Amino acid sequence: MITAERKPFEEILELLEGHDKVLVAGCETCVAVCLTGGEKEAEILSTELGIKAKEDGRELATESISAIRQCEWEYLDAIAEKVAEYPVVISMACGIGIQSMAERFPEKLVLPAVNTNMLGMPQEHAVWLERCGACGDCVLGETGGICPIVRCSKSLLNGPCGGSHDGLCEVTGPDNEEIPCAWQLIHDKLNEQGRQDLLLKVTEPKDWSKSNSGGPRTMVKEEAKPV
Amino acid sequence: MAEETTTAAPEATDAPEAAEESIEGPKGPIDPDFEPEIIVFGCHYCAYAAADLAGSMRLNYPTNVRMVKLPCTGKLEIIHLLKALEAGADGVYAAGCLEGECHYLKGNLWARKRVEYTKTLLAEMGMDPARIEMFNLSSAEGPRFAEIANEFTERIKKLGPSPVKHGKKAAAKEGTPA
Repeated sequence: MITAERKPFEEILELLEGHDKVLVAGCETCVAVCLTGGEKEAEILSTELGIKAKEDGRELATESISAIRQCEWEYLDAIAEKVAEYPVVISMACGIGIQSMAERFPEKLVLPAVNTNMLGMPQEHAVWLERCGACGDCVLGETGGICPIVRCSKSLLNGPCGGSHDGLCEVTGPDNEEIPCAWQLIHDKLNEQGRQDLLLKVTEPKDWSKSNSGGPRTMVKEEAKPV
Repeated sequence: MAEETTTAAPEATDAPEAAEESIEGPKGPIDPDFEPEIIVFGCHYCAYAAADLAGSMRLNYPTNVRMVKLPCTGKLEIIHLLKALEAGADGVYAAGCLEGECHYLKGNLWARKRVEYTKTLLAEMGMDPARIEMFNLSSAEGPRFAEIANEFTERIKKLGPSPVKHGKKAAAKEGTPA
């Protein structure tokens, strides 16, 4: 799923400076499942903004609403009546939802309340791990189901590199956490599967034009377009 | 399944006395006329029964505390704490069962996590995190219920009126004798 984290409250206040009517818009899909921007979190942010305004002696009209999916026109239509009451919408959806909101309601100032960070998998409750880089040219079939694009710090296609020690990457995460070497995992998995021959294959440079590096992508399914 | 680890927060009663210079701004001397409004989210199985016992034992505790009964403090959500503060409560606390004694196993542990998290939200909003707290007690502890009510009321009296009521400046002014 798409995961996101709420922006620091201070940054949200800066974005909203000078505005006295603000709708907090949550989304009930990915950001709700990653406990960042669903109905509950939207109500929390709206209440926090209300408390802060009262503390500062400012007038602020704020409430929250959430769309089933902020990234689809019909679900935005479903909240249009409420959006119409507010000149400013601060969205807790992922970047896709925020842009859809801005496009659907061009007369509104639409602002982000979250930072969309990755395509992650809930490893356990309240822990998400990055699992896909949406590179547009999947190699999982040759790597034992372990993605070297996002799980290898260098996105190597012919690993491991010299920085792999004791199954760990030489790079550590932002909180100094250890990162398993993706290519160690790939080697172990392919050995388990008896597919070691794949490790001897030299993978050609990847066609990155299929990723975002080739510019924004459009997907069209002609067979499914309305007649 | 691996056992969940929970970092137990220090006993709430050991919380430091309200500082004279709080996150909310400078505090004046305690206003003897200030009667804080305090909301308690109490568990049906412990705090509520303990309050009942305190009553049966004819124990005195401040009338400032108003209790909302929950089936378990695990039902307590962050939004409940925030809504109480937004509505003008000067302090809010949750009173759940002793750790390890929750009727629903871990409800009180969840409540503590939520209270601790909400404290960080309060700090972000410029409100003193000491305005909310989590306490644990058993249904047999009527005197402890009264003691917690007294302690918390004293704490909030020291902090002064909630900045939500009239804004920070007014709250600071209220704390200063005329």
